[in-house]
Amino acid sequence: MSLDMLIGLLLKALNQTAQMVAIAGLIGSLIGLPIGVFLATSGKGELFPAPVANRILGAIVNATRSTPFIILVVAIIPFTRFVTGTSIGTYAAIVPLTIATIPFFARLVEAAIREIDKGLIEAARAMGATPLQIVFKVLLAEARPGITLAFTMTIVSLIGYSAMVGAVGGGGLGDLGIRYGYQRFMPDVMLAVVVVLIVLVQLVQSAGDGLARRFDKRNRKN
Amino acid sequence: MTISQAAAQVAPAPVAVSTPMVAFEAVTKRFGNDSNQFTALDGVDLTVARGAITGIIGRSGAGKSTLIRLVNGLEKATSGRVVVDGIEVGGLPESGLRDLRRHVGMIFQHFNLLSSRTAFDNVALPLEIAGLDRKQIRDKVAPLLDLVGLGDKSDRYPSELSGGQKQRVGIARALATSPKLLLSDEATSALDPETTQSILALLKKINAELGLTVLLITHEMEVVKTIASDVAVIDRGKIVEAGRTFDVFTGAKHETTRSLLSAAVGTQLPEWIRAGLKPQPSIGDRILVRLIFFGDTAFKPLTGRLVAELGADVNILAGSIEEIAGEPYGSLVVAYPADPAVMQRANEFYAATGLATEVLGYVA
Ligand SMILES: Nc1ncnc2c1ncn2[C@@H]1O[C@H](COP(=O)(O)OP(=O)(O)OP(=O)(O)O)[C@@H](O)[C@H]1O
Ligand SMILES: [Mg+2]
Repeated sequence: MSLDMLIGLLLKALNQTAQMVAIAGLIGSLIGLPIGVFLATSGKGELFPAPVANRILGAIVNATRSTPFIILVVAIIPFTRFVTGTSIGTYAAIVPLTIATIPFFARLVEAAIREIDKGLIEAARAMGATPLQIVFKVLLAEARPGITLAFTMTIVSLIGYSAMVGAVGGGGLGDLGIRYGYQRFMPDVMLAVVVVLIVLVQLVQSAGDGLARRFDKRNRKN
Repeated sequence: MTISQAAAQVAPAPVAVSTPMVAFEAVTKRFGNDSNQFTALDGVDLTVARGAITGIIGRSGAGKSTLIRLVNGLEKATSGRVVVDGIEVGGLPESGLRDLRRHVGMIFQHFNLLSSRTAFDNVALPLEIAGLDRKQIRDKVAPLLDLVGLGDKSDRYPSELSGGQKQRVGIARALATSPKLLLSDEATSALDPETTQSILALLKKINAELGLTVLLITHEMEVVKTIASDVAVIDRGKIVEAGRTFDVFTGAKHETTRSLLSAAVGTQLPEWIRAGLKPQPSIGDRILVRLIFFGDTAFKPLTGRLVAELGADVNILAGSIEEIAGEPYGSLVVAYPADPAVMQRANEFYAATGLATEVLGYVA
């Protein structure tokens, strides 16, 4: 394979991966965020006490998270077809990726919020804050570094997951590596794919870390 | 003093023109479920005078935090009434409680500042919550930061401030909505003695300048002694003593008060003497007595007369003079033979001069 061809293939695959990861990451996180907030605030005696709903939602989240991703992809094909009109291709792959992102991100958000000192909630309550004001002005503001890291981690895992959606013709870097590098035995393509993936993950991680550090005012360093 | 006497002493006279800022009436608070109940407060009667600084002191777990949290409804009484500025807190719906809280400031042991906000924005938070706009907020926050002495630290994050500075931000934040009542839950307990004094001085200044009623809880007598005009002592959920700080301190009757006091007020006996103290005398022992000078007796030359009265065999073991709620309070520990005739003469002298005393024990 010529270098031009290889670059062409890589760029196309990179573009597909970026699309899948970006769209699934954004939609999944937007849905996962409120779920994470709810999980962190709906226990007994908390801001929005709803212990039963909390337990049910928690169970659903756990179930989704413990389903192997490749099984999730196949299992929800009817739903995918209903949403995108097709069960094959990059857009179709976005659906299971999004579904997998929601509980993943939600749990990370929950953890980030639970880390906040309860004294801050107490102080806000003592100021006469409503529960929603507490969520927006205290919890989300204080958890911003944690949520930024959670989003970074979500994107990094999505890059990994997106390698598996070749099974439904999703394309992307992982698919390229498997089809050319493994099935057609072209180790140079495999190597190129792995290098691009490593660089991609590194970039995402350092961008996320940097941003989280900027948001984090807890230590004397800025 | 019994609880009802204690309550009677601080309750306003029937003719009083102003009602108390806070009144606890037979307040009981239980935690837990039916099978596993814990009574944190047990029939508390107490009033907090308007414009005063009232201290509530007790050991860890006595129920202090629970008591103060009832005032702004962070906790609900199991029975009894908590009345704040004429409004019964227990009867308020959530929205009414939020209104009340916007007029009752609170400061905390661990400051509870938002790490993501600067000093300015932390002070602004209660105003944002109350729905003020950006301009109104700016006009309020800057003078408050000046008042607490942090005018130049407005853009600092809490992590860039010392403990004392953080508590100053906490105080400015508590004052932002111009409350009439300030609640303080161990606000100086995380601070060193010097910083504690500066925060107490600030609270005193705010009390004097803004006429703000302050209710503070602490386990440190030192705090109460320095700024509280009134004090209540709480022990295992009950108020065991209450009244003017000076009266309670100088006439402490309850064992809890005495033991809390011994750490802060009056002379400490050297350890080697304390170790040898016996509750009952044997032949040839000496009696240890603490003489307490305050009010009238503070300025009279009574020690010399006592020595003359008993003969020369009196020795002085420890002594100090200090200020409690602004009044002088002296304490002198003396020893003389535990001989019935000598003790008789001493007691007659105490009775005749009005000198307050406390028998500490006997030593060989
Ligand atoms: N939410 C709760 N559930 C069960 N028990 C509680 C709860 N809050 C307080 N208690 C109990 O009530 C008692 C009084 O607690 P409180 O926090 O009022 O004590 P405190 O006097 O403030 O002590 P400290 O000086 O240690 O802060 C303690 O024994 C505590 O364990
Ligand atoms: Mg406490």
